[in-house]
Amino acid sequence: MFRLIAQRLVALVATLFAASLVVFLVMQVLPGDPATIILGVGARDDTLAALRQQLGLDRPLIVQYLAWVGGLLSGDLGTSYTYSRPVSELVLQRLNVSLPLALMAIALSTAIAIPCGVLAAARRNRAADIGVSALAQIGIAIPNFWFAMLLILLFSIHLGWFPAGGFAGWDGGLIPGLRSLLLPAVALALPQAAILTRVTRSSVLEVLGEDHVRTARAKGLTRSAALWRHAVRNALIPVVTIMGLQFSFLVAGTIVIENVFYLPGLGRLLFQAIAQRDLIVVQSLVVLLAGFVVVVNFLVDLAYLSIDPRLRSGRHG
Amino acid sequence: MDMRRLGLIAALALAAASIVAPAAAQRTDITMGMVLEPPHLDPTAGAAAAIREVGYRNIFEGLTRIDRNGAVQPLLARDWEISDDGLVYTFHLQEGVKFHDGSPMTSADVAFSFKRAMAEDSVNAQKQLFEPIEKLETPDDHTVVITLKRPTGHFPFNLGWGDMVIVSPASADTNKTRPIGTGPFRFAEWVPGDRIVLTRNPDYWGEPVALERATFKIIPDPAAAVAAMMAGDVDAFANFPAPEAIPQFEADPRFTVVIGSTEGETILAINNGRPPFDDLKVRQAIAHAIDRQAIIEGAMFGLGTPIGSHFAPHHPAYVDLTGVYPYDPAKAKALLAEAGHADGIKATLKLPPPSYARRGGEVIAEQLRQVGIDLEIIPVEWAQWLEQVFRGKDYDLTIVSHTEPMDIEIYGRDDYYFNYHNPAFREVLDRLAAETDTQKRYALMGEAQKILAADAVNAFLFQLAKAGVWDARLEGLWENSPIPANDLTEVRWKE
Repeated sequence: MFRLIAQRLVALVATLFAASLVVFLVMQVLPGDPATIILGVGARDDTLAALRQQLGLDRPLIVQYLAWVGGLLSGDLGTSYTYSRPVSELVLQRLNVSLPLALMAIALSTAIAIPCGVLAAARRNRAADIGVSALAQIGIAIPNFWFAMLLILLFSIHLGWFPAGGFAGWDGGLIPGLRSLLLPAVALALPQAAILTRVTRSSVLEVLGEDHVRTARAKGLTRSAALWRHAVRNALIPVVTIMGLQFSFLVAGTIVIENVFYLPGLGRLLFQAIAQRDLIVVQSLVVLLAGFVVVVNFLVDLAYLSIDPRLRSGRHG
Repeated sequence: MDMRRLGLIAALALAAASIVAPAAAQRTDITMGMVLEPPHLDPTAGAAAAIREVGYRNIFEGLTRIDRNGAVQPLLARDWEISDDGLVYTFHLQEGVKFHDGSPMTSADVAFSFKRAMAEDSVNAQKQLFEPIEKLETPDDHTVVITLKRPTGHFPFNLGWGDMVIVSPASADTNKTRPIGTGPFRFAEWVPGDRIVLTRNPDYWGEPVALERATFKIIPDPAAAVAAMMAGDVDAFANFPAPEAIPQFEADPRFTVVIGSTEGETILAINNGRPPFDDLKVRQAIAHAIDRQAIIEGAMFGLGTPIGSHFAPHHPAYVDLTGVYPYDPAKAKALLAEAGHADGIKATLKLPPPSYARRGGEVIAEQLRQVGIDLEIIPVEWAQWLEQVFRGKDYDLTIVSHTEPMDIEIYGRDDYYFNYHNPAFREVLDRLAAETDTQKRYALMGEAQKILAADAVNAFLFQLAKAGVWDARLEGLWENSPIPANDLTEVRWKE
């Protein structure tokens, strides 16, 4: 088991290194000079040259790359070209919004999906199943930005219960902060919940048909006891896999949702940095996000091990 | 028991009254929506309009200022004299002016600010504004004498640009994140990605402002901007990003909608250096093939003023030249045939992201197709546009809005991306630069406009409109946008 974990860790580090190199090279190919964007169309050539020197853009590529990666290793993400602030400071400020938002969305979608999925499987082909499946189908079909606009129309403009967007911040306490994140979290969670419901349903159905559940029933367990004690636990493996995948999709989803609700999160920082050719922010952010996804996948692997004892011996690994 | 209940009710009523009372009093705060977040707040180190939309006049002040109509007014310079040869400007500074950190503002700060911008390693985005300065002298604390290399008629106007504001040596290096100026508002807080907050400067040297607090809320998405206004989260949008929603706000008595003008001349820029566009007849054909009103309707929801040359219609020196090449497809075809392109022309049209370009480009491509000019549309990002089209001059046609104020002089620049070289035009510009008399300057500006129109250097489309949407109880916001700014000095809530 330890060898398994060590193997995964090595792969993780190699992935991150490759990501850093690819991202850096892609940034160089991207047309658009950061200095021109900062100084606009009126700038003189000598001014542009002075700014490029200040930003370190006149150094050879290899020097720029090594300086950047060296900084990353020591926890220094560099200084934003356009904001003139440390990238780490920008990222931490944005994590304040994006992390709670993602966690709320995951919690919401899990809380909705697992009971609904199990219910649908237990009542296969009956009214509850058909209702849940229909709702899930709608949830998958609705784009989350459109759903977000409906939420704003109803709860912000019509009822006035929630702000139409923006982030109140955590300084004023937990409630205003959560209030400004609730609608975006719902908008993010719903399509995820829809997918997760379907996965849970089919996974539970599959396990219900397996021998060990039939054996448990034959030994006299009630239907629901067999369902919860034997089927659900085993059905969770594909569900956890999908949740891991969804975490990466959440990152993309937040870019859209943060725009609709003008939340100052990581997604918008990335979006803005690309438009302004703030290369150092883009580079560092992409590597951080890549690292994040890789770590989540690693954790999903660990979760398999804890759910399924057969994997621990390495027989299936 | 009853008495206690009565007491409780009275206490509740009092509490309720004390909550309601402040709401009934005059409001002294405003939340303004803006589309782009400024990268930083130092107008002397970046060209982004958003920097000026927060800080111009509110935080930072220059020797002069540009007012809501685009005219030059005194500000930190109370008044000034110009020598007869137009070379020596003597500025008399306001007394009792203090920076937000409490230090007094004197002629030494003016000299510091200008020398810093002119220095070798300066990153001032408009360094050329300082180029005419030969010598700076400060005979006393409240006098600045500036000697120019040559008469420069735009000098007082240029002094009103954000790039020429007066900063203090003590805070110049930290103005990007903690701006310290002499203006009526102080910088209070910046939550990146979300908002920038200014508060009233109690020690302001001039007339105190009515607002105690101004919050700039960053809302990049047009649909979100509509929702924020509708939900009352935001009091005003000086530049409303969703023109399609304007009728909805016009119909709602809670809002005031003001359609003003900007400095944005929107043009179909033509690469005059590249065949077949180096041929005047071909450019004239393009000019005749374009129906401006159809572009304004089709791409801008009807917002915009047709122009016939590179000049803002709200300026007193504006000459209406939209009739020089009226919409006439038959004439356009005839001109193309005369130029030897009876079979038509194939060319590319590079379009940057703004909707005026992307949507306008579709309309223009269709209009030009009618006369036999077949355009391949190539969408580009801003960064690509700046690099390929603007700096690299690698394009046939492109659409862009030139938002710099009073920028007719770009047509006199040798290496500009239009590739336009006309000695007669340059001569007019030289005379304009040397002229200080306002009326004579206006006449020269008219002459310059006529040359550009006649040469059909570019196809001049329309002046960008500024669509302002705000709470109907607000007054004092700018209708036009002669420079990028949200000057809040006259903004207040009506009784």
